[in-house]
Amino acid sequence: MMPAVRRSLVSVGLAVGVPILLVLAWALATQGTQNLYFPTPGKVFDAFTSTWLTGATMTKHVLPSLGRFAIGVVLSIVIGIVAGTAIGATPWLRSLLEPMLEFFRAIPPVALVPVIMLILGIDDSMKLAVIVSGSVWPVLLNTIEGVRAMDPVLTDTSRSYRIRGALAYRYFVLPAASPQIMAGVRLCLSIGLILMVISEMFAASSGLGYQILFFQRQYMIAEMWSGIVLLGIVGVAVAAIFQLVERRVLHWYHGSREVSRG
Amino acid sequence: MADKAPLLSVKELKKTYASATGPVEAIGSITFDVHAGELVCIVGPSGCGKTTLLKCLSGLLAPTSGSVRLDGAEVTAPPKKMAVVFQEYGRSLYPWLTVADNVALPLRAQGIGKAERTAAVERAVEEVGLGHAMHKYPWQLSGGMQQRVAIARAVAYQPEVLVMDEPFAAVDAQTRADLEDLVRRVWQDLGVTVLFVTHDIDESVYLGERVLMLTNSPTTIQEDLAIDLPAERDQLSTRALPRFTELRTHVYEQIQRAKRGELVR
Amino acid sequence: MRTIRPVLGVLGVLGFMVTWEVVARTGVVDPKYVPPFTTTAARLVAELGEPKFWSAFGDTLLTWALGLAIATVAAIVLGAVVGLVPFLRRATHTTVEFLRPIPSVAIIPLAILLAGLSREAALVVVVYAPFWQVFIQVLYGIADVDTVAQDTARSFGLKRRQRLRHLVLPTALPYVITGFRLAASIALVLTITAELIIKNPGLGRQIDLYRSAPDVPGLYALVLVTGLLGLVVNLGTRYAERRLLHWHPSVRKEGVQ
Repeated sequence: MMPAVRRSLVSVGLAVGVPILLVLAWALATQGTQNLYFPTPGKVFDAFTSTWLTGATMTKHVLPSLGRFAIGVVLSIVIGIVAGTAIGATPWLRSLLEPMLEFFRAIPPVALVPVIMLILGIDDSMKLAVIVSGSVWPVLLNTIEGVRAMDPVLTDTSRSYRIRGALAYRYFVLPAASPQIMAGVRLCLSIGLILMVISEMFAASSGLGYQILFFQRQYMIAEMWSGIVLLGIVGVAVAAIFQLVERRVLHWYHGSREVSRG
Repeated sequence: MADKAPLLSVKELKKTYASATGPVEAIGSITFDVHAGELVCIVGPSGCGKTTLLKCLSGLLAPTSGSVRLDGAEVTAPPKKMAVVFQEYGRSLYPWLTVADNVALPLRAQGIGKAERTAAVERAVEEVGLGHAMHKYPWQLSGGMQQRVAIARAVAYQPEVLVMDEPFAAVDAQTRADLEDLVRRVWQDLGVTVLFVTHDIDESVYLGERVLMLTNSPTTIQEDLAIDLPAERDQLSTRALPRFTELRTHVYEQIQRAKRGELVR
Repeated sequence: MRTIRPVLGVLGVLGFMVTWEVVARTGVVDPKYVPPFTTTAARLVAELGEPKFWSAFGDTLLTWALGLAIATVAAIVLGAVVGLVPFLRRATHTTVEFLRPIPSVAIIPLAILLAGLSREAALVVVVYAPFWQVFIQVLYGIADVDTVAQDTARSFGLKRRQRLRHLVLPTALPYVITGFRLAASIALVLTITAELIIKNPGLGRQIDLYRSAPDVPGLYALVLVTGLLGLVVNLGTRYAERRLLHWHPSVRKEGVQ
């Protein structure tokens, strides 16, 4: 066999093998036992298909949750980038707001949930506000930092060629800050997902977070596990989509870094 | 030429920076004129405020007093008729744009239509010999090639004045010789006025029609010297001319004096 | 500009307080929902005199410190083992990439199931996410050891132990410290989160109590406290990072990974 082929076969084997082994180990460990808290993988799988893959749950719990997550995250990214570029490009505004922004970022986002519930009640707008209130900060602060740290030579270049306004925003400011912005977006996504779940654990009657907590309280353990697995899949899917987008958006950044490393 | 109004006129230009220990005078007082179509080299000891002078000339930095006039109009912001090539080629090209897009962006900012833009970009990139690299990214090119892209961008912009800030300080010797000849060719082909800042005495004599020597900071002009070498220059034969040696010796002595702080006129 | 910056910052903070006060006093928003800043501040001062507050504060700090310590130690040990053995690194890659993005709150129900409404349950949650943060940084740090430097060290006959001491440790240390700094703030967020949902004693539970009471000024005062606590953790770890790594040629920023 060609060494290259063998090597890639080995990596595929390693990549797939260990997760399979883990599931097998789980199956073996739970086989025949009546442990209430750790059902067999088979039971979790059954619970997964019967609980989540039905039309009713999909439309009542899963899709609305994911929809709120998507809207909340998009709002956070847009607000963060627009406000961040404005603040980052205006030194006095930056100095004025920076301490307050640092403070807001430091508030654990969940601590704001009761406050937002108080003001907005417990409808969809509250859940959206909870997601945005936590996930906007990494994008905002990273954008500010990205715009602030733009290369002065490139700034001079843009100025001397009189590249201004929308053109400068699209082709200079945004790309120049994009490595920082993307690092912020990555954080924004994971915080957003956490807050989506949390917002549904409080005084809600639907949604992924609500369902998982409900199963736990009802001692529907396999169902609860299947919910955790579902959240895991959502998290992995979101991370994978992010990775794809990041590779595209920052291909120049990764490329130039590879070149400079030699 | 002397009776025509100068294209670029610098009058008693002064620049002082505020610092923790009080104001620092970077540029003492500089006055000179450049006429249309000239190729002027500005040379001075390193750290003498060449870059500060250049930033004032190109409207990137406001002078403390004095004035810069381009075509009679005072320069207060980067003027449309001027293009700048910076020393740090690696940092003056947009790494997220291809070579063609880097050259095209200033033209888009001017509102030049797509067809005309594409033609101008192609012409400029061919002119610097990078036709094969149109759709590469700057970081995929060598340092010398990156600086060619920066020159192509300046050429495509069709400036009246091309300002270059030590553009070849960071490239190897062979590439540097090629780029010097490229600048001469661009100057002759396009009839553009060139202001070339360098710390390299040989380079200033080889390239320039005129050399302005600067003193240490606070910077003033040490001497304004006409270079009477033949218009067709060649790395081997021109540098071997006795006159070339005389001129470079003269400039060298003047710079040495400038370093010691003797102002001899 | 240098002298004016802190002044502007103070102005910004003052401006925020004044805006809050005015918005609440003029009834732009219902003071029932947003009490004026001065009311909140007075309430905050009053809280500081309450033993109840300090015991909640202490509980939060303890849970945070325990969780952070467990996560860091476990991540460094496991990260070092996995990072130094190429076979393990390749074998665990997909598993790590699957486990890492699982939102830490997803395991809250599991934690409650296993440990009841207790600090132990909270710790399961508090350890989970910070663990991955440090673990990944340890892997990055070890992977960053220059292969040239490795070969040089080997050709000079440095023993494995010496290579670890003089090559791997100094290279990986900045990454680990950065990971720790990020983990410290994540752990705090999760501590408060756990207290809010699992209802183990701490500031988070106190916030929830004030919400259901309802005691609005108390709620706002405690939210301010958590923000200040977060700020102290952020600034403290950032300062410590700078102090610890001032000798290092590459004091690293967390960039794109």
